Amino acid sequence: MAQIATIVPIMLTVGANRIVPGVAIPHPVGNPEAGPEEDKKVRRKLVLRALKALQTEIFEQTIFDSD
Amino acid sequence: MAYRVVHYINQFYGGKGGEEVADFKPSLEQGPVGPGSELQKLFGDEARVTGTIICGDGYYAEHIEKARAECLKIVEELKPDLFIAGPAFNAGRYGVACGDICAAVVERLGIPSVTGMFPENPGVELYSKQIFIVKTADSAMGMREALTSMARLGLKLLKREPLGSAFEEGYIHRGIRKNFFKEKRGSLRAIDMLLQKIAGQEFRTEYEMPVFKKIPPAPPIKDLKHATIALVTSGGIVPRGNPDRLRVSSAESYAKYDISGLDDLTPENFESIHGGYDRMWANVDPDVVVPLDVMRELEREGVFNKLHPYLYTTTGTGTSVANAERFGREIGHELKEAGVDGVILTST
Repeated sequence: MAQIATIVPIMLTVGANRIVPGVAIPHPVGNPEAGPEEDKKVRRKLVLRALKALQTEIFEQTIFDSD
Repeated sequence: MAYRVVHYINQFYGGKGGEEVADFKPSLEQGPVGPGSELQKLFGDEARVTGTIICGDGYYAEHIEKARAECLKIVEELKPDLFIAGPAFNAGRYGVACGDICAAVVERLGIPSVTGMFPENPGVELYSKQIFIVKTADSAMGMREALTSMARLGLKLLKREPLGSAFEEGYIHRGIRKNFFKEKRGSLRAIDMLLQKIAGQEFRTEYEMPVFKKIPPAPPIKDLKHATIALVTSGGIVPRGNPDRLRVSSAESYAKYDISGLDDLTPENFESIHGGYDRMWANVDPDVVVPLDVMRELEREGVFNKLHPYLYTTTGTGTSVANAERFGREIGHELKEAGVDGVILTST
């Protein structure tokens, strides 16, 4: 499981192992304020990052914050 | 007249032997045995250990209902004013036996009970909400301290003296909160605590955070192109009208919805009912919380094989850790049964 959410310290505290930082609390996988194109672009980027996290071998809690 | 106390111990502390006699059936001995002698000294003239039940850890664990009934029968006949079990320290089966028999004595016979365990003993998680479990060391090195706290708490219960906080009384908190007035208001107490912390002094929280379990990471997906991926959210995204009445906060349930026929979440088909964040954007386009549109694209592009037909959803605000753990266990189990290889969980 990979978790996408915005408050990384909470994900670390509750024990998520594959962590992908999201955009904002009310829209973790989107940036609607930046318009529909940018919104979808960032969503695709974060989902691809989560899929990459799922394919990555890890031994401890890991934050995937770059591609 | 002294109070009457019955003490429960295992075969080892009862002097019957070790693992080879772990199937020792519950038996009664008159007066204190083993750690009970020290307990008797601590009680002094105030209470008398009239009988000791000795039972093998293996016997209790393997025949829990039978062992409980047999022990209860002995306790009922002795009619004690207080029941003490252990301490079990970090011994798992012993801890579960002590917790189980104490809970039964309290519930069925209405007799106050005290046991003692190391906080990581599995008996703590099972019984700490129901009974008084004094915090002990992890081994019998801490016997004296354990018995001292147990006797002190036991006497308080016998005399129906008002109890202080779990921390003051030395037992593992039972999740009960009492309202009372403090001289200083909360903000001042918080500042005091902060100053103590900065000064490197000892300080104590008024509200302990739950301790979360560390879960070993799952192995990675080897072949994403042939993998099934599921979407799970704690962002409160539900079909319009919230057909299952999912709670807006403090969720006690989760729901699953068939998304196999959908390419996109829109305000016409889905909405957010989450009570813990500003729902404006989620209600303009629920994909900003549950990325269905992008998942469909990637599925079509063959990045992964298949999107699982069901979306699992709950509300992650004010939700108890116990409920959240249950949701996770149940959802995980269903997804595994359904052959899902990986999950993307989105949280707000």
